[in-house]
Amino acid sequence: MVELLADRFNYAVIIVLMMVGLYAVIASANLVKRLVGLTIFQTSVFLLYITIGKVFGGEPPILPGDVAHGYHAEDHFSHAVYSNPLPHVLILTAIVVGVATLAMGLALVVRIREAYGTIEDVEISDADYSSEVERGA
Amino acid sequence: MTMSPHVILRVVSKVLIPFIVVFGFYVHFHGEYSPGGGFQAGVILASAVILYALIFGVDAARRAVPPAVVRVGFALGAMLYAGVGFATLLLGGDFLDYDVLHPDLSHHTGQHMGIILIEIGVLVTVTCVMIAIFYAFAGRTPEISEEDW
Amino acid sequence: MIQTVDLTQYFDYVFMAMLLSVGIAVVRLRSLFAAVMLTGVYSLLSAVWFVSLDAVDVAFTEAAVGAGISTVLLLGAMLLTSRECNPVPASRHWAALAVVVVAGALLFYALGDMPVYGDPNSPANAYVGMEYMTMTVDDIAIPNVVTAVLSSYRGFDTMGEVFVVFAAGLGVALLLGLGGAAGKRED
Repeated sequence: MVELLADRFNYAVIIVLMMVGLYAVIASANLVKRLVGLTIFQTSVFLLYITIGKVFGGEPPILPGDVAHGYHAEDHFSHAVYSNPLPHVLILTAIVVGVATLAMGLALVVRIREAYGTIEDVEISDADYSSEVERGA
Repeated sequence: MTMSPHVILRVVSKVLIPFIVVFGFYVHFHGEYSPGGGFQAGVILASAVILYALIFGVDAARRAVPPAVVRVGFALGAMLYAGVGFATLLLGGDFLDYDVLHPDLSHHTGQHMGIILIEIGVLVTVTCVMIAIFYAFAGRTPEISEEDW
Repeated sequence: MIQTVDLTQYFDYVFMAMLLSVGIAVVRLRSLFAAVMLTGVYSLLSAVWFVSLDAVDVAFTEAAVGAGISTVLLLGAMLLTSRECNPVPASRHWAALAVVVVAGALLFYALGDMPVYGDPNSPANAYVGMEYMTMTVDDIAIPNVVTAVLSSYRGFDTMGEVFVVFAAGLGVALLLGLGGAAGKRED
């Protein structure tokens, strides 16, 4: 059990970080704070993916120029160790998409503020409830 | 907004912004050899415009990079990317199979052409979307009073 | 057990401790300005950790996007909405804590199925990911394998991502206006 955890301590800490972000998403009534929590959650998921692709003793996945053009490639790959490039690709695009969705969420929050005058979710549902009561629904 | 108290910021950013833009293009066109590429370069170019807007005011930035150009830009980049895909289809290859773009297969020239073209598409879209998002928020930002600095 | 010892392994503890303290501080703060700035710090710290995890391209993107643009956007939205958030009521705090503890316990239960950290022979690292390294030499001949996979092998994925960014830009422009004549009218 201890050895199992010691070999995977990075995932254990990243799970805690993810849960910190999730707590902020659930507990915050403030919509901007909630998006901040989502950003923390998201960054922690990026960390999870990148640590899976890490190889100890490895190098960043950028080949030397001569190897990339096919010179003594076989000799090079017999001893060179690289970290896994695939998670890097997935996360690189995920970061940019993440900021795009964050902007979308913030735009919605700004519109909510303009419509309700507040961004605390309790006050927003109160305002919705009282307007329903006024209509006699 | 009166800008007189921020002389140092204005002078420093005036010197800095051209370098940021050049660095953005370096990151873009060196993306095949070192870390970088269209996504990162797009964000760096957008941050140059955002810095300009923060220091000289959003209206000055809107004159330098008009919202109409930005609006056209973000569709253009995505269309360039998809257009490369359809070009490879019409040339008889698979979708986004760049090998058919150039007959010189031994040097992978087609692959290099395809990568450069789609990276330009990514650069244009990301730059314009980031600037557009900033304009959208900045268009509504209340003026910051001097005592809030 | 892992045979190879990597120097960067010792940095990991430092980064984890810093990320944990910044993350918890963000959750506890009531001033939105401080929370937003610390989120930028959180992104920058993870960018530094990405460098030590050999993901230089990702680190570059995270530093530019996460610590730069995200922070600017959050600050802009904060200026338009509010500077402080209300304290979390106790009932809500305990409910959220219960959900988080249960979810975290389930993830910890699944921990044993994760590949060993830094293992070159783990299923995640032994097959398709590493084959891109050698395939790039034969197929594309550019040094940066991440760019090769991003724009050629998985070009279709990246096209989807570009369209997501495009759609998000369009959505924000529709919600808030591009700040031209349309944005002015509402102010």
